Amino acid sequence: MTPLIEAKGFGVSIGGAAVLRGLDLHVMPHEILSIIGPAGSGKTTFLRCINRLSDLVPDLAVSGVLTLEGRGVFAPETDLADLRRRVGMVFAVPIPLPRSIYENVVFGPRLLGIRDRSRLDAIVEKTLRAAVLWDEVKDRLGTSGTKLSGGQQQRLCLARVLALEPKVLLLDEPCSGLDPISTAKIEEALQELKPQLSVVLVTNNVKQAARSSDRTAFLLMGELVEHGRTAEMFTSPTDTRTNDYISGKFG
Amino acid sequence: MRIPPRAVHLTMLGFLWVVTLSAVATLAGIVGWVLWRGLPSVTPRFLFSMPEAAGAEGGIASVILGTLFIIISAVLVATPLGVGTAIYLVEYTRESWVTRVIRYGSDCLAGIPSIIFGLFGYVFFVLFLGFRWSILSGALTLALMSLPTIIRTSEVALRSVPQSFREVSYALGATRWQMVLRVVIPGALPGIVTGIVLALGRSMSETAAVIFTAGTVLPDRVPSSPGDSVRTLAVHFYILATEGATDAQPRAFGTAAILVLAILVINVSAYTLMHRFLARYR
Amino acid sequence: MKKETAIRLTLLGLAMSTVTALAVITTFILKEGVPVMFRQGPAQFLFGTEWRPSAEPPVFGVWAMIVGSFAVTAGALAIGFPVGLGSAIFLSEFAPRRIAGLLKPALELLAGIPSVVFGFMGMLVLLPWIRAHVGGPGASVLAGSIILGIMILPTVISISMDALRSVPRSYREGSFALGATGWQTTWRVTLPAARAGLVAAVILGMGRAVGETMAVIMVTGNTVQIPRSITQPVRTLTSNIALEMNYADGEHREALFATGVVLFAIIMILNTIANAVSRLGRRS
Repeated sequence: MTPLIEAKGFGVSIGGAAVLRGLDLHVMPHEILSIIGPAGSGKTTFLRCINRLSDLVPDLAVSGVLTLEGRGVFAPETDLADLRRRVGMVFAVPIPLPRSIYENVVFGPRLLGIRDRSRLDAIVEKTLRAAVLWDEVKDRLGTSGTKLSGGQQQRLCLARVLALEPKVLLLDEPCSGLDPISTAKIEEALQELKPQLSVVLVTNNVKQAARSSDRTAFLLMGELVEHGRTAEMFTSPTDTRTNDYISGKFG
Repeated sequence: MRIPPRAVHLTMLGFLWVVTLSAVATLAGIVGWVLWRGLPSVTPRFLFSMPEAAGAEGGIASVILGTLFIIISAVLVATPLGVGTAIYLVEYTRESWVTRVIRYGSDCLAGIPSIIFGLFGYVFFVLFLGFRWSILSGALTLALMSLPTIIRTSEVALRSVPQSFREVSYALGATRWQMVLRVVIPGALPGIVTGIVLALGRSMSETAAVIFTAGTVLPDRVPSSPGDSVRTLAVHFYILATEGATDAQPRAFGTAAILVLAILVINVSAYTLMHRFLARYR
Repeated sequence: MKKETAIRLTLLGLAMSTVTALAVITTFILKEGVPVMFRQGPAQFLFGTEWRPSAEPPVFGVWAMIVGSFAVTAGALAIGFPVGLGSAIFLSEFAPRRIAGLLKPALELLAGIPSVVFGFMGMLVLLPWIRAHVGGPGASVLAGSIILGIMILPTVISISMDALRSVPRSYREGSFALGATGWQTTWRVTLPAARAGLVAAVILGMGRAVGETMAVIMVTGNTVQIPRSITQPVRTLTSNIALEMNYADGEHREALFATGVVLFAIIMILNTIANAVSRLGRRS
């Protein structure tokens, strides 16, 4: 099986300062990869490179290879809008757009020119169900997305991304501001989604990585310290720094 | 003998109270005076009938309509230019010498006295382009004058839309233009409208720039084409005030009252709109 | 991608409108005004005190108008700046929250009063008062200064308030911590720190006053002369243009454009100074 995403000797620098160095990492289809590491280790930067939101950072330069489905992410012929539809992203803070729940979900499909009401209705129901939000909001799809609770907002953002039918889902510490129940609902949704797509989960929460991912990568100060099957890494890490981090000695 | 600092402080504080209240009272007093003297002349007949005897008799219906036509056309021209400029500055480029040149142009335009715009409008629109004294010449001149206001308020409004909204739209596969059109502009709309409303108010109170471009002919019918010459409220008031005989004075006051009232309404709506807008992202 | 490029270029085109407008305005004013200046001799035009458009040959000298503009502007600043700065200090440093919340919007609204209304008020109320209590014909440098002084208030107040507000709060806290009273803090710490912004307020207020036309025409009497006292009438550069534009043609009209060139130059110099000063202030 060929990897969906593959980084080989991938490096990033911002304004000349290296943020990520010589990263070799891959994501297989239908797996959940979690990336853990302390703040400033380059996790989020890596995530933002996969969907090229890195373009918004001034003076950011990349080196090495990063491919999605075998095609170079930073190749000049990359169609950014198309790339970002194949790679969905959920941010650390839920960011519902100031419009109704319904319109939040169909934002992506509408960009593609889908206007047929029944088709949009179907997308809304399917994705809100997948994000474990449907039962809570089905009677008030017209209310503003900003009126939901934090946990509901984040699931709305998940549904909004799923409406694009992405191949990969990038999650940037999606539960950092959420209560345990909302976190559990999002983790439940991720397990349900695994048959359809791959997930890259950046998290500060080591336990979350242990609970919900197939493989785990540990980044420290821009370098990949170690990666492997989650179960193995959490029981017998090969590097002492990994052991220190997951046992809570720093980070 | 040294005066205790506390006494100095209290004296100065009292003095500042007096200064501030007198400044506000003077400005408010002028408005009050105009309304008090002018509102009694404002009757339905005055508002809805055509002027007679060079404005000393009859009403100001054609003047009101002429004013509306000219300021609305000015804003229709200035809005795409100004909002387009702001979108370019905020969404399509980073700070560079190009943006500095554009901002410099806008700042200079904002500083040019209205009489210079009047001269320019006269020689360029009225004579060079052959538009004569008309709604068209007046509106184009006012449009240039309004540009800096619209650019500046739109720029502030666009910048106040949270950056995260832009990231979300990109992440959902929007192109830059889709992002601008569907997320940024709707978010900034109240602020942009504020700028447009402010420009309407400025254009309405303008005299020097309009008098040489739209003309001073007092129309006795409703202006019907952009080529018609009109007299705006401010110009009409100026002419009644300076050239009119004393029996034109009630109508001069009436015109001034309408003018001041309209501008106050416009500014109040701009102000409340802006404050609601600013509260939104706080 | 092609569509995006087209949109970017269209927006760039729209954004060039300010620069284009500025260039076209400058070109046309210069083209109409400069030749007659050289025919008269630039020194003769600028420093000549006679303005006789119907003489044979006509004589055009704008010195009296330059003096007139500056006299009225200086008077306006003498009245408007202390009052404006005082109000700004009060509103940003001392006013109770509710009072400031009431007065600030009121001032913003009053900034929109048309200049013709100020002029009219001046004609009907101020001129008779000056005639009766100060002397002279009423229409005078004094009348122009008072009316313009009132008119520039909103500009001076809002720019001064911006300048005062940009002084970091820690400066004031440091001063209060040393036992200074509110006024001592304002006088010794806040005002010096806001210096650059306050200079910009003066210059922009000046620009507003120099460029004002209609109100000035209505209250200054418009006689071409170098005033020997503040109760004498004067004519400003702006009034000169507005008064004669209606009937001027040929060389006379060109001379009015030349007056515009002088005015334009003065404004550009003032704006450049204001820009430089506020940039200097931001750096330090």
